[in-house]
Amino acid sequence: MNYSLKQSLLAVSVILTAAFTYSCQSNPSEKTLPILGSREPVERVVNGETIVDTVYHQIPDFAFVDQDSQQVTQETVAGKIYVTDFFFTTCPSICPKMKSQMLRVYEKYKDNPNVVLLSHTIDPAHDTVAVLKDYAERMNVTSGKWHFLTGDRDKIYDMALQYFVGVQEDAQAEGGFAHSGDFMLIDQNRHIRGHYHGTEAADVDRLMQDMDILLKEVQHEKK
Amino acid sequence: MRKNRFVTGVLGLMALTTLTQCFTDKQNQGQKLYAQHCQSCHMEDGSGLRGLIPPIAKADYLQTHRDELACLIRHGADGPMVVNGIEYNKEMPGVHTLRPDEITNLLNYIQTNFGNKNERYTLTEVKGMLETCPVPYE
Repeated sequence: MNYSLKQSLLAVSVILTAAFTYSCQSNPSEKTLPILGSREPVERVVNGETIVDTVYHQIPDFAFVDQDSQQVTQETVAGKIYVTDFFFTTCPSICPKMKSQMLRVYEKYKDNPNVVLLSHTIDPAHDTVAVLKDYAERMNVTSGKWHFLTGDRDKIYDMALQYFVGVQEDAQAEGGFAHSGDFMLIDQNRHIRGHYHGTEAADVDRLMQDMDILLKEVQHEKK
Repeated sequence: MRKNRFVTGVLGLMALTTLTQCFTDKQNQGQKLYAQHCQSCHMEDGSGLRGLIPPIAKADYLQTHRDELACLIRHGADGPMVVNGIEYNKEMPGVHTLRPDEITNLLNYIQTNFGNKNERYTLTEVKGMLETCPVPYE
């Protein structure tokens, strides 16, 4: 891992820690998940009174292609919660472990229509639709549930920033890319609600507990 | 006086720890090499990754291809491979830096752990295998 990646990871952890600390002030009796990332107060005037709204960091619109050559956009995840990560198929270091943990999440939620998994490749030059198709088929996972995304390299790297996941090409790193093994949990409004170490079983347990909490929120909103 | 005894005690403990550490190091070499070179793909429990990375735990391949494993570790593998009835096709990088004795320890660790109860290798045996690795590997 080189210096600038370390720096950006540090910045991200500072933001996340701040967000977590802030969230601890909420009512503990009813467990809810924090909304991570920057927030801005926006003032508006309604009937002569000034109301302050908080605008949270939201994942912007996106468009990538999955292992079936299908477009995957914000519409694909509309009204659903999703877990996302960044990887590449030839990665010799942390990816196999991340994928074996993501498989646990897949197995638990594969029949839940409100859950989607998005795995972005950070090596789109190698990881074409055909390569991702082979990868997904060998793992025996359904396309509609777990999308392996490829597309324009710069757009993928920009999205990683939006998700606070550190990725970059690095000739020094094993396999030629440096990236973090984070799993990010995104809610039905495209807010980031949690981050987890995708290589650690215990932290992925925590992710699945949080997903259950978030799914209740989705149910509540849909009523 | 009391301080002296304390110092001696600490030094003694340190010496003992260092010595035992040396012995355990040697004994667990196979396990350490596994953790260092194999574990990130084949997993701590040897289960591999479904459909993509073959398991080591209870893998028939360890017995059916016993004589090829030393070369496989050193030079890696490419192309399709069937393990426990499932076809895998992912490149495995070799670890060119491993010495024959290290490969022997690693192989013996693999063959006798993860639920495997297979025959162990001797150093001579592994040396012999490494001398006759198939050419296309390089």
